[in-house]
Parts: sequence; structure tokens; C-alpha cells
Amino acid sequence: MLLMLANAKLWAAAEEDFARGLELINSSKLSQVKQGVDRLIASSDPRARIYLNAMLDSNLYRHTKEKRLVMLVSRDGSKVIVADVNDASKTEELKKRRVKRVPINNRLRGDIKAYLASKDLSDESSSVRKAAVQRLLGDIGELELGLFKQRLEVETNPDVKYLLESGIALDKLANGERFEQLAAIELLGESLEPPVRNSLNQMAESGPEELQALAAKALAKIDDKVAFYAFLEKVFFGLSLGSVLVLAAIGLAITFGVMGCINMAHGELIMIGAYTTYVIQLMMPNAIGASLIVAVPAAFLVSGLVGILIERGVIQFLKGRPLETLLATFGVSLVLQQLVRSIFSPLNRSVETPEWMSGALDINPVFAITYNRLYIIFFCLAVFALLFFVLRKTVLGLQVRAVSQNRNMARAMGVRSEWVDALTFGLGSGIAGVAGVALSQLTNVGPNLGQSYIIDSFMVVVFGGVGNLWGTLVAGMSLGIANKMLEPVSGAVLAKILVLVFIILFIQKRPRGLFPQKGRAAED
Amino acid sequence: MSTSTMNPVFDKQTNVFLSVLSVISVLVIACNQLFPADSALHIPTYTVTLLGKYLCYALLAVAIDLIWGYMGILSLGHGAFFALGGYAMGMYLMRQIGERGVYGDPLLPDFMVFLNWSELPWFWHGFDMFWFAALMVVLVPGVLAFVFGWLTFRSRVTGVYLSIITQALTYALMLAFYRNEMGFGGNNGLTDFKDLLGFDLQSDATRLWLFLLSAIALGLGYIACRFIVASKLGRVSLAIRDAESRTRFIGYKVENVKLWVFTFSAMLAGIAGALYVPQVGIINPNEFSPLNSIEMVVWVALGGRATLYGAVVGAIVVNYAKTYFTGALPEVWLFALGGLFVVTTIFLPKGIAGLLKKKEARA
Repeated sequence: MLLMLANAKLWAAAEEDFARGLELINSSKLSQVKQGVDRLIASSDPRARIYLNAMLDSNLYRHTKEKRLVMLVSRDGSKVIVADVNDASKTEELKKRRVKRVPINNRLRGDIKAYLASKDLSDESSSVRKAAVQRLLGDIGELELGLFKQRLEVETNPDVKYLLESGIALDKLANGERFEQLAAIELLGESLEPPVRNSLNQMAESGPEELQALAAKALAKIDDKVAFYAFLEKVFFGLSLGSVLVLAAIGLAITFGVMGCINMAHGELIMIGAYTTYVIQLMMPNAIGASLIVAVPAAFLVSGLVGILIERGVIQFLKGRPLETLLATFGVSLVLQQLVRSIFSPLNRSVETPEWMSGALDINPVFAITYNRLYIIFFCLAVFALLFFVLRKTVLGLQVRAVSQNRNMARAMGVRSEWVDALTFGLGSGIAGVAGVALSQLTNVGPNLGQSYIIDSFMVVVFGGVGNLWGTLVAGMSLGIANKMLEPVSGAVLAKILVLVFIILFIQKRPRGLFPQKGRAAED
Repeated sequence: MSTSTMNPVFDKQTNVFLSVLSVISVLVIACNQLFPADSALHIPTYTVTLLGKYLCYALLAVAIDLIWGYMGILSLGHGAFFALGGYAMGMYLMRQIGERGVYGDPLLPDFMVFLNWSELPWFWHGFDMFWFAALMVVLVPGVLAFVFGWLTFRSRVTGVYLSIITQALTYALMLAFYRNEMGFGGNNGLTDFKDLLGFDLQSDATRLWLFLLSAIALGLGYIACRFIVASKLGRVSLAIRDAESRTRFIGYKVENVKLWVFTFSAMLAGIAGALYVPQVGIINPNEFSPLNSIEMVVWVALGGRATLYGAVVGAIVVNYAKTYFTGALPEVWLFALGGLFVVTTIFLPKGIAGLLKKKEARA
């Protein structure tokens, strides 16, 4: 009880400090402002940070007439645009002489900097501490050095600890004795922070002679690491591009591979999936994150139904005439494109990315994994696994495989092949729709979305070997990685051309793809 | 099909087709020249050029019919050969502009000056001479088709696989020609042509001549295809279409037959492209787009495969419909085209020619 009371009292005192502090800095006298800053610091209020940061950037102004503090956004001749300190979106335009800057000098700046740095360095979250050290590494002065040393004594997180040590080492490298410099180079060779590389670079070029070689060696070690992470990044980009390709192609692998019918409207089924995402998002404007999850089954259903319609309406009449099927489904694709153009207008629609999809996972300063690419890879693998399960472990899968291997025999065993055809086609189309959901997060959604993926999808299926899901996975991933590896060397377009030419040549060597079907089913 | 029996080169259909083609060509030119502009029978030069364009498409369709209808190779990349022929002609026309370009450079075409290139790339040399350009019109598509076919047919890539890699071929070429570094004008392509062999491309007389040339080329191309179809080579092609393995077991070199007919067809497509470019006044990478190539196949499918004249009819009907719809009802065009694909393949497997034949058989 007493503790609570004491707490409440403390809290009230802090609140008063904060309010009084704000009053004091709303002044033209430096001495008063200084007192105000002291009060704000004493209050430890998290809201104080905004004001202090604005002061540091010389952006904190006072409205002379209305006696309130505002944040400068931009200057425009005799006018200024200012924002509310607590809400940056509330802006107003004022005459220049209506506002005056809150005075500040270098000493006060130093105080504020020291306060903010020490507050960040003692923050509870290790990621805040880490970010603070990383920010301070670029410009280490006496003040930062002191704070680093202080913090190092109590720091427990190894990453932050190492960063603090490298900060101290940076100072030693610049100002320390020779033996200290040697130890510093040794330590800094493990770091990937850009300021560390800069100082080592400086040392290797213009430092004392006996240190130059060592610094160069440490630098080479770092560069090796950077190159390695750059390689990893390319592989990661390649995998994410490959996942997109696999997602786009895997539905085709089912309809083309298992049923042997070429569906040129496959791209448009992807497009329909993407538009479904767009519509669902319009229906749930307040829950973007959830709408994406709802969109997956919805897109599966919509595209799947359209696929079944195509199968029943067109493809079933063209059994055993693959080239005609190709032409007819191409016609269907044109109709679907125009339909979307008439309904949604020919303009591109952008689908919003939910918060949990944006941002990146920072592994280290030179290697970050963006969440949307990461999720696409996982999503692709999940869809693949699910599909694999359906085809291998369910009754439908058994029947699909039976029909694809020997239609007449399957019919004789009582499989209703018409049914199976429609469902297979629906499954493949539904997966295309799911791919559309993923694509809507990467590109704009427009009527031509499908067209740009149809050729790539065919390439993946043909490269992997028709009728083989594993082949599609391997082919998609390897084409994705090959593309991303070539891109820095040759440019994006040329990389794509090279990959196409490679596939054309590959088909000459292995006309049935990477993993050809074996046995009787393989014969035409 | 009726063509599988021994046939003379000039069978009944060929004679009818050639007569109709010559009569219409003469009539069109006469109507353009003899009647004054306000007469109801007058055909404006614009329409003549449009018809000339259709004739180029028709020649292309005949080339496709030769390999698809008679040999069973569905090429989804014939637009590439057409466009290459067009580019060869376009390069000649570009060189003819000379100092009359916007930048007035005597040697470099405008787009190269714009890209700050200092000299002509090696592959542009020689295109200032018409005979060289004309040779390239057939050689470039021919060589590409030969190399592609040599690789493909020998490794026995057939059916759907073949269709898909021909599509990849034209797609790769499209991407390549879109690049400025290729030296073919990037996505603007080649345009602003002034004259051909000294004749002003804008003048009515040149346009009439181009129309007439297209008609003659179509006629000659048609006769050449008839020659092939009626010869032993043509009958082997039919055998390949109907039973490839059996033909091979009998002892025919299937690869060679395919290769030569495919190459010839590509050259024909190149000629069609070369005649097309001066009439429309532009060639750009869009001609390589896979969509175009598929559309061409539909002309043939609609007209009727393995008849040659069906291909001509299909090309003209579809393109006339396209001109009409994209002008009058642009929204409807893709619905109509898409519907056409579906209806033709399901209900008219033998195309318009099949309908005509059925009628004849009944009568």
C-alpha cells in the first residue's frame, strides 16, 4: 500500500516535471530553456524524447502568439509549414514571423545527446540498445566512449556487448597506444558495421606502416564475409523468385502434367486469384492483415470454380487434341482478360500489404531478409506440401493418378473419369488462384498480370518434366536462382533471355525435362 | 483429307483462288484509279494499303498452314520470322532516310544519334543496298529456322513441347529487341521511313505498287506451297503429320523433311514481313509478342487447315473483323476474338474451308 502510494507520488512528481519542463522550454531565454530541458530529463517521460529530438535537429519552434510548441516541416519563402508535435499528420501553414525557434547552444545539445544516448543504452529491449550503439558507432567522442564503458560493465547481451567493445576499440584504433591498436584491429576484424570498415580502410591506407598490413588483412576478412552474405542474399532472392515461379507453375503442372491438357488460360486464373484478393480487401478495409488470410481460400474457390467451368464448357469436348485445347483455352484467356477489363477497368489496382508482411529481418548490417519474400517461400512450400499430400494420400489423388496413367483401365475399375477430370482441373486452377494471392503482394494487379507469367510457368513445367511435381519444384527454384545469379552480371532482361535460351537448348538434350516420366505412361 | 491423293499443282481450288486473287487485285486498283474520290465505287488509297496489309498476313498464314496443316508442326513462333523479315526491310528503309532524319546524321539512324552512338554497328552495314536487304529478308529468318529446326527436329521434340519452345523463341527475341543495346531502336522500333528504292512511301502510286506486289507475292507463295504439297515431299509431310514413327520406320529421314519445309515456311514468313513494313510504316518488338503468333495460328484454324486457300480466307476474315471491331467496338474485340478461338476449335474443326467442302459434297 505504502509502495503504491510512493509510486503514485513519484508518478505525480514526474508528471509535474514534464508539464513544467514544457512550459519552461516555451521561452526565448536560453537559461529558461536549459532549466526546462533539465526538468524534462528529470521526468524520464517517454514523451519528452520527441521534444528533445526536435530540439537537437533545430526543428522545435514556438508559436509566438498562441504560446504553443510546433514542429517545423518545411520552409517556403515567407511561409513555413509546421506540424503538431504529437501528431505529425496535423500540419498548418503559418507566416514566417509567427514562429520563433526554441534557442539552443552546443552545451545544451551535448546534454540532450548524452541523456538520449544513455537512456537508449539502458533500455530494457536489447534491440533498442543494439540500434543505439550502431547509431553511435559512426561518431564516437568522449561522451559516447564514457557511456559505452559504463554500459559494458552491466551489459549481458553478447551482441550488444560486442558492439560496445568494437566502439571502444574504434577509439583505441584512432587514439590508443600501438599494442592497443593491434588488439583493436584483431577485434574489429569480426565486425560488419560500416563505420568499422571505414576506419579500417583509413588505417590500411594512411595509418602507421606496421599497422597497414594488419588492417588490410582484417579488411579482407570482412570483405570476404560481405561477399559471402551478398551471395546468400542472391540465393535468397533466387529462392523467392523461384517460389513465385513454382506457385505459378504448379497448378499448370497438374492440369498439363496429369491431365495432359494445355491450359493457356492458366495465367488468367492467377489473375482472377489476385483480383479476388483485391475484392476481399475492399470488403474488409479495416482488417488488411486478416483479409489476406481470408483471400487464400476465397481465391482457391473462385479460380477453382472458373477452372471447372472451363473444363466442362470447353476442354471436355477437345479430349485427345492437345493443340486444339491450346487454342481454345487461349481464346478463353482473352475473354477473361477483357471481362476483367470491363469490370475493374484496364488500370492496375494495388493491393495493400499488411503490416506483418512489410519490413525486414536484419541478420547483420549487410544482410537483411525482407518478410514478404520470406513468407512467399514458406507459402510456396506449404502449398506444395499440401498438394503433394492431396495427390498421394487422398482418394481423389489416387483416382487422379489412376486416370492419368491409364484412363480406360481406371474407368473399368469404376472411376468416374469425367468427374476426376473436372476436379483435377478445378484443383489446378484453384492453386493458380492461390498463386494470384501471393503475386498480388509483389506486383500490381492488372488485366495483364497472368500473361506475364504464363510463358515462365510453361518453361518451369517443361524444364522440370511433365507430370512430376518434384520436377516442377526443382525446376522453379533453380530457374529462379539462375536468374538472380545472372542478373548482376548481365542485367535483368538479358538474364531472362539467357535462361530462355538455356531452356530451349536443354529441351533438345532432354526432350522430356529434368525428371522424365518413366514406363508406359511416358509413351505417346 | 482429299489432298492425300495424287494432285496436280494447279488443281481446281488453286485455279479458283488465283483467279479470284487477280480479279480482286485488278478491280481494287481500277476502282482506286478510275473513279473520282467522291464516287461510291472509289476505293481510297488508305483502304488499298489496308488490303495490302491483309495480303501480307495471308501470305504468312499460308506459310503457317504449310507446316501446321500439312506437317503437323504447330509453331507458336512464326511471328518471329515475320518480324525478322520486317526488321531486315526496316533497316534498309532506315538507311534510306539518310540526312532527312531529325538529327540529320548522314550515316546513323535517329535513334542511334539519340543514344550517343558514334558509329554504325557491324550488322547495320550493307543494309543501304536493296539487294542485300532483300537477301537478308529471306536469309535471316531462314537461317534462324534452320538452326532452330536442326536442333529441335533431330532431338525429336514434337507436339506440345515444340509449340512451347517456339513460343519461348519468339518471347526471347521480343525481350532482346526491346533492349536499346541491341541496336534495333528499342521499344520504338524502326519508323519514320521516307522512301523505298527512290519511290516516296507516302505517294499513292507507291502504295498501289506495294499492294500489287503483295498480291503477286501471295500468288507466287501460294503456287510454291502447292508445288511442295503436290510433290513427293508434300506427301511425305502428310505421312509425318499422320504417323511420324511409321514414316521414319519406312526409311524416310523425317528430320530432314521437317527441317526443309520449316525453313521454307520461315522464309515465306520473312517475305510477308518485308512487304508488311513499308505499308504500315513501322516495325517494333511488339511484332514478336507470343500473342501475335498465336493469333496467326487462329487465322489458319478458322480458315481451315491443309487447304492453303482456307488460310488466306481466315487471315483476311479475322483481320477485317479486327479492324472493324477495334474501330467500332473496342470493348468487344477481345470477347469476339476469344469466342472465335473457342467456337472454331469446338464446332468448326475444319474451319470455313470445311464448311464449304461439306456444302459441295451435299450438292
